Amino acid sequence: MALQSLDITRRSGTTTPSPAQRKTMEVAKLIDVSKCIGCKACQAACMEWNDTRDKIGTNHGVLDNPMDLTENSWTVMRYSEVETSRGLEWLIRKDGCMHCAKPGCLKACPAPGAIVQYSNGIVDFQEENCIGCGYCITGCPFNIPRLSKKDSKVYKCTLCSDRVAVGLEPACAKTCPTGAIVFGTKEDMMHHAQGRVADLKSRGFTSAGIYDPKGVDGTHVFYVLQHADTPGIYSGLPKAPSISGMVSIWKGVFKPVASFALALGAFGAFFHYVIKGPNEVSKENEKEFEDEK
Amino acid sequence: MTNHWVDIKNADVIIVMGGNAAEAHPCGFKWVTEAKAHNSATFIVIDPRFTRSAAVADLYCPLRTGTDIAFLGGVINYLLAHNKIQLEYVKAYTNASFIVKDGYKFDSGLFSGYDDAKRSYDKSTWAYELGPDGYAKVDETMQHPRCVLQLLKKHYSRYTPEAVSNICGTPKDIFLKVCGHIATTSAPNRTLTFMYALGWTQHTVGSQMIRTAAMVQLLLGNVGMAGGGVNALRGHSNIQGLTDLGLLSNLLPGYMSLPSETETDYKKYIAARAFKPLRPGQMSFWQNYEKFHVSLMKSWFGDAATKENNWCFDWLPKLDKVYDVLQAFELMHQGKLNGYFCQGFNPLASIPNKAKLIDGLSKLKYLVIIDPLATETSCFWEDHGEYNNVDPSKIQTEVFRLPSTCFAEENGSLTNSGRWMQWHYQGAPPPGDAKPDAQIMAGIFLKLRDLYRKEGGAFPDPILNITWGYRIPHAPSPEELAMEYNGKALADLADPTDKPKIIKKKGQQLDTFLQLRDDGSTSCGCWIFAGAWTEKGNMMARRDNSDPSGLGITLKWAFTWPANRHILYNRASCDPSGKPWDPNRKVIYWDGSKWTGADVPDFKPDIAPGNQMGPFIMQPEGVGRLFALDKMAEGPFPEHYEPFETPIDTNPLHPAVINNPAARVFKDDRGDFGTSKDFPYAATSYRVAEHFHFWTKHTRISSILQPQQFVEIGEELAKEKGIKAGDMVKVWSKRGFIKAVAVVTKRFKPLQVNGKTVHHVGIPIHWGFKGIAKNGYLANTLTPFVGDANTQTPEFKSFLVNIEKA
Amino acid sequence: MQVTRRQFFKVCAVGIGTSSVAALGFSTDALADVRPYKLAASSETRNTCPYCSVSCGLIMHSLGDKAKNAHPSIFHIEGDPDHPVSRGTLCPKGAGLVDFIHSPNRLKYPEYRAPGSKEWQRISWDEAFTRIAQLMKADRDKNFIAKNSAGAAVNRWLTTGFLAASASSNESGYITHKVVRSTGILAFDNQARV
Repeated sequence: MALQSLDITRRSGTTTPSPAQRKTMEVAKLIDVSKCIGCKACQAACMEWNDTRDKIGTNHGVLDNPMDLTENSWTVMRYSEVETSRGLEWLIRKDGCMHCAKPGCLKACPAPGAIVQYSNGIVDFQEENCIGCGYCITGCPFNIPRLSKKDSKVYKCTLCSDRVAVGLEPACAKTCPTGAIVFGTKEDMMHHAQGRVADLKSRGFTSAGIYDPKGVDGTHVFYVLQHADTPGIYSGLPKAPSISGMVSIWKGVFKPVASFALALGAFGAFFHYVIKGPNEVSKENEKEFEDEK
Repeated sequence: MTNHWVDIKNADVIIVMGGNAAEAHPCGFKWVTEAKAHNSATFIVIDPRFTRSAAVADLYCPLRTGTDIAFLGGVINYLLAHNKIQLEYVKAYTNASFIVKDGYKFDSGLFSGYDDAKRSYDKSTWAYELGPDGYAKVDETMQHPRCVLQLLKKHYSRYTPEAVSNICGTPKDIFLKVCGHIATTSAPNRTLTFMYALGWTQHTVGSQMIRTAAMVQLLLGNVGMAGGGVNALRGHSNIQGLTDLGLLSNLLPGYMSLPSETETDYKKYIAARAFKPLRPGQMSFWQNYEKFHVSLMKSWFGDAATKENNWCFDWLPKLDKVYDVLQAFELMHQGKLNGYFCQGFNPLASIPNKAKLIDGLSKLKYLVIIDPLATETSCFWEDHGEYNNVDPSKIQTEVFRLPSTCFAEENGSLTNSGRWMQWHYQGAPPPGDAKPDAQIMAGIFLKLRDLYRKEGGAFPDPILNITWGYRIPHAPSPEELAMEYNGKALADLADPTDKPKIIKKKGQQLDTFLQLRDDGSTSCGCWIFAGAWTEKGNMMARRDNSDPSGLGITLKWAFTWPANRHILYNRASCDPSGKPWDPNRKVIYWDGSKWTGADVPDFKPDIAPGNQMGPFIMQPEGVGRLFALDKMAEGPFPEHYEPFETPIDTNPLHPAVINNPAARVFKDDRGDFGTSKDFPYAATSYRVAEHFHFWTKHTRISSILQPQQFVEIGEELAKEKGIKAGDMVKVWSKRGFIKAVAVVTKRFKPLQVNGKTVHHVGIPIHWGFKGIAKNGYLANTLTPFVGDANTQTPEFKSFLVNIEKA
Repeated sequence: MQVTRRQFFKVCAVGIGTSSVAALGFSTDALADVRPYKLAASSETRNTCPYCSVSCGLIMHSLGDKAKNAHPSIFHIEGDPDHPVSRGTLCPKGAGLVDFIHSPNRLKYPEYRAPGSKEWQRISWDEAFTRIAQLMKADRDKNFIAKNSAGAAVNRWLTTGFLAASASSNESGYITHKVVRSTGILAFDNQARV
């Protein structure tokens, strides 16, 4: 698998097609929120493996820390205390790149080869090619990539592409004490997820389900949720994520003529508007949940 | 642990109570999630706080801090009232049928024999009635009014669901739901496991909380079973090993004990510990005490220990009382302690009432710190402003700080809570000039011995004669030390049943403690560790993880004491006829000629079922004790006593006896206890998943994950006090104050207790004035200097505070 | 030296990983490559997590191949997948252990703080051992109790105490107990209570 994992299916900012003959094993990471104890081992293992260290911050009145994804924290736990018909539930979701089958970041990226998708499904940033424009942030329906002030490059979870390339599981999946994070082929993970959903239903979670959103053609990091009908209660997980319309327009109509200019940043103002996208999605979903209650 | 980590996967019902395994032992906790996923287990969390463990529980049950005995006493009452006990097990394997001496009684909160002035009991009535043959009397019908079962019923009849709810604040319906789940495991083929930690030990009634759980398990027939038992999760990586090795005031290695000053006669000392059977045909394994003791003395004193000098018995210090760490700091406070050593221990952060500790440390003449890290204790004399406000010029203590290695820089073994002794290897040299602990001890000892050799002095004999045959005297190797505690033959050992045959030649490593002798022909530094390093080599370094039974019993991985046994009391996993209670969980069984199975039998291998020998082979009566005899300080049955600082100012069961009448409390400290009038909130201190005690505030990753000191309060209390999440708050007790960020949460809910609303304030402990995380206050600034009656463990889990916006 | 299974697959993996990038034939500016696998030739040492009593298995990876002229330094730690309890997992504390080893607050040299002083001074091990032994002996000789008031031989030393480390190995604990008891110290304890 090592060789195949580096096959590229898509490259940003590139018009020539990627080699498409070889088909490799599609991998996935499943995050079973119902098994997550919010210990943050995944956050620690991520920093340790990737040699990043965030700053030592302050407490903000919650257990979350760091408070948000950063160029050094490629995954964070998000804690929500929710009163449901079952009583108090503490829903703890590991947030980070979903490795979409149809990656909005890649689609939005004007820099040649700065974002690639391997045929195993991993979406990887090649920082040396990144021009720091931040369009990937706009293109992401999950609000994941973060721009570093230090080097003006964008960083996010690589799904430990360096480990997967040599046949290992990502650092977070390996370390997860309760097996809330598991890693394997997408097919195996889907099977595992279905078993978990059945167990949850037997324990009275009637709305348990799999979160593998169709709007991005499914993801290579996906969730088992106790309440799959209301993903918004999991710290604003979008109900129906899709690539922002503005990115699609750009890619479809303007890109052939405009990509070069965009790389120089001339259309910055135009894209400034688009950047607002992802945050609003989560708010809408919060409201949906409120309404349903 | 009676069982071990992987065994949790075999449980049908799992209760985390008095602990928070998901938070403090996440990787062991995985076996809870495995039991849920693969054994359809029901997982219940009983805790004042909705914890990270509760986040994945099937049922969360709140209770007020410090009321666990009331809760579990209520469970006992429920099981007895609803006939949900495993009767055959209880009859055969517990002391339910034993008759208690006339004169034993319990009345209004006190057991018979209490001496108010001494704050202790004369326990002579807490005993079995003995027959003329010297054996305890039993009534097989269990109808005798003084048999243990009847006394038990009577004692816990007061613990009704209403009383439980009134004391614990647990809603009655949730309490009954929990009882219902527990009761299902009285079936012989269902098991319950209890997982606990400091949430039970750190109370003035901590030992009795654990006992109550053990009694529940005995009534349900869950002790000795795969997926059963009472499982202490334990804190530090080798807290189990250090306890096994007896590094406590009153212990010797292998749970042997030091003589008291009234036991200066060697024979009497042995006789008091080599228990004779209390029922016919019992193994009463402590009968072998002298073999273990003599082998220890040979190990320590070599040729100097002879039969003629009673194996150097006089050289052992004799106790007038127990000098636990609370007693030590009390002596320091009184100016009666001159020198103190802290080896990898940060008492300024870990013992209650920081102000008293600073006072004590300042009165020392010398303090020696041996540690890999710059601890608060080593810097107690440094002025750190609001976090440690002292004047160094006024502190006359000489302080030495000696750098030691950490785990990565040394070979050695650690014993986990499942009693597995696992060997580890050095991966890199230590930083700078740091040395391993063993070399530091050797360095100090050799200098001291030289001084006594040259100058003489007070009773130098033990110091001059201690065995020190290490190849490099100033650097005893872990391998040599492991071989020493395992034990060896000092002469050729003949087979006792086949005399001329030699089972061990002089100088050979022993295989098991069964080879130990009381004639000086064996040495062994810790009898329960025998088998760890045999002639076959280092058994602790074994790495075959095969699990042939699928029960998680990996006998070829490392070495598990005693005798490589994974589940203690496993004879009780079979019925009296030798058949496993649960055919699907076959731990051991009788194969017609011997005991065999997936685990090493905890029994004499050739004693057939039907023989009188009971499964609890360490006990003189061979059965588990529902009635504790004289083994506990505050009574043979656990009774609910309030914490020394109680938010309700009374004990609803007996208002005249509010808290533990035998608890460890010093006179001067009573003035430092607060009442609910000034300190209305029930506080509890604890750990969070991101940090380990006071170590990880020195590590970058952990400091990033939880950078700053915080306290947790419920939304209702926050609203009353006008506190918002993220506000700085001041929390104070009678002993001092801390300031921290407020985390306001739905996970803390007020409880209705004895007609009063009780709010909890949660105080994580991990911050201090040294480290790379944000500096904070040592949380023990708040906690009271009072301890459990049996273990002297401080009451960190239940005390009173007040809180306001800072 | 025997090549273990783990080392074998690493060597192969890196070989293949490198050649696969070349096989893709990208020009330099559009080259896509994962970060090189950082454990390719590190030295592995088995250890046990020093934090709680679950005692998870560790594999520590250090710089250099343990050759005479290479000074090992641990740069990565992950779980030992063969360990029956932890099965390769580590909690947030364990997953960050490498930062414990390299904490800026590790002590490196023996230090001494004189009475009333505001600072530490660096001393040698020999100075430390000598001075500590002298202080112990002076205190012990002065305050040792050979007999109690009833005339019984009690041989105890009550004016110096010792707290032992519950994260140190059994071997350290054993020798500590042996030394401490030989002096007659009774104020002896470890973290079992706290």
